[in-house]
Amino acid sequence: MTKAAVELSGVTKHFGEVVALKGIDLAIADGEFFSLLGPSGCGKTTTLRLIAGFEFPTSGSIQIHGKEMALEPPDARPINTVFQSYALFPHMNVERNVGFGLQMKKVNSNEIATRVGRALDMVQLSHRANAKPDQLSGGMQQRVALARALVNEPEVLLLDEPLGALDLKLRQQMQIELKELQERVGITFIYVTHDQEEALTMSDRIGVMDKGELLQVGTPKEIYESPTSRFVADFIGDISLLAVSVVSPTEVRLSGGGNVPADTSNAGDGSHWLALRPESLHLVSAAADVPDGMVRIPGKVRHRVYYGDSYFYDVETTAGSLDVRQENRPGLPTFDAGTELMVWWNPAAGSLVTA
Amino acid sequence: MRKPAFEPGLEKAAEAAERRRGFLLGLPAYVYLVVFFAVPFFIVFVTSFARRSATGATKYDEFSTSAYVKLLDPLVGTIVWRSFWIATITTAVCLLFAYPFAYYIATRRPAVRNALLVLVMIPFWSNFLVRTYAWRFILGSDGPLGTLTEAMGREPFRLLFTPAAILIGLVYGFLPFMVLPLYAAIERLDWRLVEAARDLYADGWTAFRKVTLPLTRSGIIAGSLLVFVPSFGAYVTPAILGGGKDLLLGSYIVTQFGQARNRPLGSALSIVIMAVMLVALMIRNRSGAEEI
Repeated sequence: MTKAAVELSGVTKHFGEVVALKGIDLAIADGEFFSLLGPSGCGKTTTLRLIAGFEFPTSGSIQIHGKEMALEPPDARPINTVFQSYALFPHMNVERNVGFGLQMKKVNSNEIATRVGRALDMVQLSHRANAKPDQLSGGMQQRVALARALVNEPEVLLLDEPLGALDLKLRQQMQIELKELQERVGITFIYVTHDQEEALTMSDRIGVMDKGELLQVGTPKEIYESPTSRFVADFIGDISLLAVSVVSPTEVRLSGGGNVPADTSNAGDGSHWLALRPESLHLVSAAADVPDGMVRIPGKVRHRVYYGDSYFYDVETTAGSLDVRQENRPGLPTFDAGTELMVWWNPAAGSLVTA
Repeated sequence: MRKPAFEPGLEKAAEAAERRRGFLLGLPAYVYLVVFFAVPFFIVFVTSFARRSATGATKYDEFSTSAYVKLLDPLVGTIVWRSFWIATITTAVCLLFAYPFAYYIATRRPAVRNALLVLVMIPFWSNFLVRTYAWRFILGSDGPLGTLTEAMGREPFRLLFTPAAILIGLVYGFLPFMVLPLYAAIERLDWRLVEAARDLYADGWTAFRKVTLPLTRSGIIAGSLLVFVPSFGAYVTPAILGGGKDLLLGSYIVTQFGQARNRPLGSALSIVIMAVMLVALMIRNRSGAEEI
């Protein structure tokens, strides 16, 4: 990894009696698209505000490109923020909003005009340069907020749920635009969201937070496919959790009896679960149809839900209930509620999680 | 037979009933304003075009603009100018004191905030006249300052009956009218905008000038109007604390209705002041809406 753009070490934050952050260690690489993901109140926004300088940590260090900045005010940091509510200045038009940062940095007015023009071109809003924020749609305001931050060419851009207020279509479109933009400008993005899909599709790496702790940091693939804790497994996507006990480095015992293969090398202390994604589980009518080397377990269909592109099954087994997603493809069998069948999965698809 | 439910204009009857209810709710206030504001205003307006007889009686027998002509008298000009200055300084001093205080209140946590607001309002619980007389003692030669200077072996220091005393009294009396609208405006401010300004490299003072101040402008204007207008025509405070040496507008108008027995002149002056205020307000509103 190259030199970290932002590095937090041992950062805690208390608000009176409330402990918002319990000691965050995190290094975000230069040019990385990093997402902080977690439910509301998990501390992700507090982390962002500490990096921006709107709050100061109770303890710990915050370095930006190797320089200690934990106690510097926001205007001393080479960082800009895209706010959740956009926070556009209502008394200034789009042009003056976008030019505000450059004006504060005493850039000469010719250069401000050129750079603001370029930034507005980039977000395709040149034709609304004289509009006031309240005359723009939510999507346009969002793009103004983005231009207002990027025009300053910050070393790090912080984004606090910037797409939260947009409707689904626009949000999906903006996700793609944001990701493209980040790749083009090469600025480090730190993106706060509670939307796991957003985090999975856009990020180079994701940090999952809960109750003031950073639980797991990894690529979207690692986070989704190899969660290490029950919370991360449960928070991201649909997942079935089977209570298990570790019996050997390669085997676990299901609560209903029976050992199944699973990699337990990373198992920590505490209770253990085998986490299985709905799409990695398969249904067949008889044990004979299960490919060799796969884990199998008998079960009974409790519900079936039609999703158009797929069927969703709730299957009851002796080890617990399993959520199974099967593609809706011609030739693939479907099962009615009450059907007895076999569920199977590739042992590599299950992850052992701890709580 | 029942009417078909799709008959056009079906909703009209319900809307009319709604309007009637609205009118009834407004009626008491409406009547009150007509009787106690519109009618007296009309009387003053008519009187301003009346004529003062040689004995000082008000004659409505002919249309006369003599009262308005009299307003051009340099004495009236001096009085208006002096009142204007006193009101301007009062407004400026109130603004200077009230803004930081309102800012302080608005940024406290809710419990402290409410306590401070109550403190601002406490003076309203006692009589204005009594409070102004209290100032008469404080500022007089028997007051703390006078006693102190006397103890030091000097002439007892007295502010009473000076323009400074009027100013102190007016600022004291009208400060809450400045604090409250400012508080309301600052409390409504979206602090994320200030954070955004700080994020965009503005230091604290610049963020205040570029964001906080313009966005609380409505409070500054409202407060300034609430202080300036009554200060301009103030009567009680100058009468009690000013000693009637330098005549101000309020006293001058009262004199016209009283001793001078010149109601048309008093009325004309009142009408002109009101007209000037109205025009100033209109200009302010028009330019204010477009600017910033």
